[in-house]
Amino acid sequence: MPRFQDKPSPQQSRWGLVVALYAAGGFAACAPKVSDTPPKVAPQFDTVPAAVDAPWRVEASERRTQDLPTQSRPVLLKNARLLLGDGREIPSGHIAFANGRITSVGTGPGTPEANATVIDAGGKFVTPGLIDTHSHIGVYPLPHVNAHSDGNEATSPVTPDVRTIDAVWPQDPAIARAIAGGVTTIQVLPGSANLVGGRAVTLKLRRAVSARDMVFEAAPGGLKMACGENPKRVYGGRKSAPSTRMGNLAGQRSAFLAARRLIDEWDQFRKEDQKERSEDAKERAIEKAEQEQRKLREAWCSKVRSHTSQKRCAAWRRTWSEASDETSEPKSPKLPPARDLAKETLAAALEGRILVHVHCYRADDMARILALGDEVGFSVRSFHHALEAYKIRKELARRKIAVSTWADWWGFKVEAYDGIPENIALLSQAQAMPVVHSDSVEGIQRLNQEAAKALWAGRHAGIPIDTGKAIEWVTKNPAWALGIDARVGTLAKGKDADVVLWSADPLSVYSTAERVYIDGVLRFERGAAPDSDFEVSQ
Amino acid sequence: MRLSRRSAMAALAGVWFAHRGGHAAEAVHTITSVRLLNPGQPARDDVSVKFAGEQIRTVGDGGASSGSGVLSGKGLTLTPGFIDATTSLGLIDIGLEDSTNRLTHRTDDPIRAAFRAADGYNAGSAAVAVTRLGGVTSVGVVPEGGLISGQSAWVDLLPPGAERPFLNEAMGLHVKLGSAHMDGEPMGRGSALLRLREFLEDARSYGNTPADYDKNRMRKLAASRLDLAVGRDVLARKLPLVVHADAASDIQRVIELAQRLSLNVVIASGAEAWKQAKQLAAAKIPVIVDPLNNLPASFASRGARADSAKLLTDAGVRVAFSTFESHNVRKLRQAAGNAVRAGLSHDRALEAVTLAPAQIFGQDRSVGRVEPGKVANLVLWSGDPFELSTRVVAVFIRGRKMALTSRQTRLFERYR
Repeated sequence: MPRFQDKPSPQQSRWGLVVALYAAGGFAACAPKVSDTPPKVAPQFDTVPAAVDAPWRVEASERRTQDLPTQSRPVLLKNARLLLGDGREIPSGHIAFANGRITSVGTGPGTPEANATVIDAGGKFVTPGLIDTHSHIGVYPLPHVNAHSDGNEATSPVTPDVRTIDAVWPQDPAIARAIAGGVTTIQVLPGSANLVGGRAVTLKLRRAVSARDMVFEAAPGGLKMACGENPKRVYGGRKSAPSTRMGNLAGQRSAFLAARRLIDEWDQFRKEDQKERSEDAKERAIEKAEQEQRKLREAWCSKVRSHTSQKRCAAWRRTWSEASDETSEPKSPKLPPARDLAKETLAAALEGRILVHVHCYRADDMARILALGDEVGFSVRSFHHALEAYKIRKELARRKIAVSTWADWWGFKVEAYDGIPENIALLSQAQAMPVVHSDSVEGIQRLNQEAAKALWAGRHAGIPIDTGKAIEWVTKNPAWALGIDARVGTLAKGKDADVVLWSADPLSVYSTAERVYIDGVLRFERGAAPDSDFEVSQ
Repeated sequence: MRLSRRSAMAALAGVWFAHRGGHAAEAVHTITSVRLLNPGQPARDDVSVKFAGEQIRTVGDGGASSGSGVLSGKGLTLTPGFIDATTSLGLIDIGLEDSTNRLTHRTDDPIRAAFRAADGYNAGSAAVAVTRLGGVTSVGVVPEGGLISGQSAWVDLLPPGAERPFLNEAMGLHVKLGSAHMDGEPMGRGSALLRLREFLEDARSYGNTPADYDKNRMRKLAASRLDLAVGRDVLARKLPLVVHADAASDIQRVIELAQRLSLNVVIASGAEAWKQAKQLAAAKIPVIVDPLNNLPASFASRGARADSAKLLTDAGVRVAFSTFESHNVRKLRQAAGNAVRAGLSHDRALEAVTLAPAQIFGQDRSVGRVEPGKVANLVLWSGDPFELSTRVVAVFIRGRKMALTSRQTRLFERYR
């Protein structure tokens, strides 16, 4: 709230006097005829905002400042079976898109725009581009050689300052293979060596030489955290903290409390800065008003003739002899709190400006992260891996936390021992928000198959689920988990034209993506050779 | 007390007779009206398969018989039990817990030929039942570590306590050319091949005059006595040499070695094997591949591609599929489905998970096809075994109907 408004408070008596003195004034300077009333100039001042806002509240630097308009030629896919991504389907219909956006989805063959590429998709299926919430493509690129290990800044257990966008290699041969599997959007996360691994970035798999050209402009940032075995194994092995789950939580709690302190410091800085700047601005406004008024009155005094006026002018002139025409400089601004990229990232997470993604397997580990969030003030957008999510599915549904997990991975460590193939189906039945993720350059090529396995594991166990749900697990739900559901994840007019044409039902093992469009641009066609520079002459 | 003891004796006797075969106590099963998928044969509808004890007795038409031991296969598909010849199933309970690792003979010596995976196999490992539920009835269990990791075993996925789960405790000798380690450091493949040649030469020396060796009248050989004895079996073609390698150049060197020493060699992993398809076919060297491996995961596998199984098969190479997994061997059928997606015929893909691995490791007289006289390792599916919507309806191993339960199904029941 601005502190100085029309009515000054009693504490600001100095302003009060000045304002009262000039009240009911007005600019009389330009009057052609000399008035009997001497000119008055009231200082004009508004509340002055604090000089700067906390850095995490302004646009994150990995985001472009605006959406780039996409140029793409119109396309019409007709006679397709459309799986819309929201659970619904159109048995025979069309989808049209142009300039990066879907222009029409519906029954019937549709009407092609001028110059449109028209494809008869009879007997084929169309889905939204698949979305993977968990990938290390580009930060652990292929081939797996030492030089390509860019995904874990495992030199300290809390590194919220590092960002995957600063490491993603857009020539990773895995990218083309993911696209061939119908994937159009991925979140690239740091690995799970660290309690707080750093910032994740959401990418569209556009062809690019710089990863920045792949950034999904509208996507909020992500924060990667990890609980359980990995951090304590990595650091415990070096005899440094954390070496236990206790150490894990202590490290995370301390990090968030330190970030909370930074928020407080910023709030206090901004309050004081605003007060100082407003006071300074007022002083200078008064000074300026006084100077203007003096000039007007000097002019007025040279014109007025009445005795009373001359008397007043004589009194004024005595003060004017000491007056200066120079305006004082604005006071030097107060220095804001020192930049701290790590704390700033956590502060953004505390304020919900970036979404929190937590690698967590066991139900009790997830429960303690939720308790930590309640305590220090963050909410989890998605748990990742979460093999025991089925044990706390009601709680996860109640809190609306997405669960990014696999169809059938298990057993590779103790915290993965209780994984069951019905996990996703049970979550779906409980109205939670399951997401099929990959965390794997093998799995990302077949997210549709992973969704199908999870669907049928549930059905065979007697859990009734519509097949449309399985498509949601790789489209609409991951879009929500990444905060991009307004743009992608379902086929609807106005949404991004990230569209996959499948040779057959994508829930079949034999189905293959025939065409993949990203922003309406044909990014992959069946049979195309992988296009990364690395693949040249291999 | 006496009573329970007697019933325990009776139960034991039952197990004994069941395993002897051909006895009155053995269970008889008939699956009627089923669609039969055998590798190398067209699908046959309305088939009746009768098996008694461990053995398949008849495979005939129709069969409307009913009664005890009769299972209607109407609308269902019967295949030989699936086989994954190169797994680490039952050799490790938890991937990252060394205390549960029975895969590796821990020694600085990269030559560990005498090490047998069979000694570490645990049928009670939770992953075994999980694998069975995926329609897999037999696996090869393969040791890891060093250059010559040891010998694999061929095991039927019977529940714990069953007698003789191994059809062969010395299935193959495994050489990890691509991932060989010595003293904790990766071993260059040149060094690895050198050590392999040296081992085989010394095994020949040992084999020629074992008595001299025992009397300490030989120069120092490159491996221990037990290791050398295994090498001698490899040289005598009694034991296949399974070379895990990806790079085409390495595979070429292995083909040359196999021909020079007249070895029975199998290539496993083989990401770039398709580049040597003609030579492999000519040398009659089979290849075990993972159809999901289309990634240039290392510089040795830059040529990995999804259709390598098709390219190899088309060139006349015998191809088997493997997941190379410990806990998710159940993905084998999905892997086979993806090979079909990449262009391989359905029949060839079926062969690659049934008959081909049996042939490669000399078990095709027992398993790999549904035929009279073969062991009744059978899987009944609700449809196409490779399709993701298909359910495993029943699994028979050595004629015994397996319970379709695992630690995972029990956790599901607990939390459903």
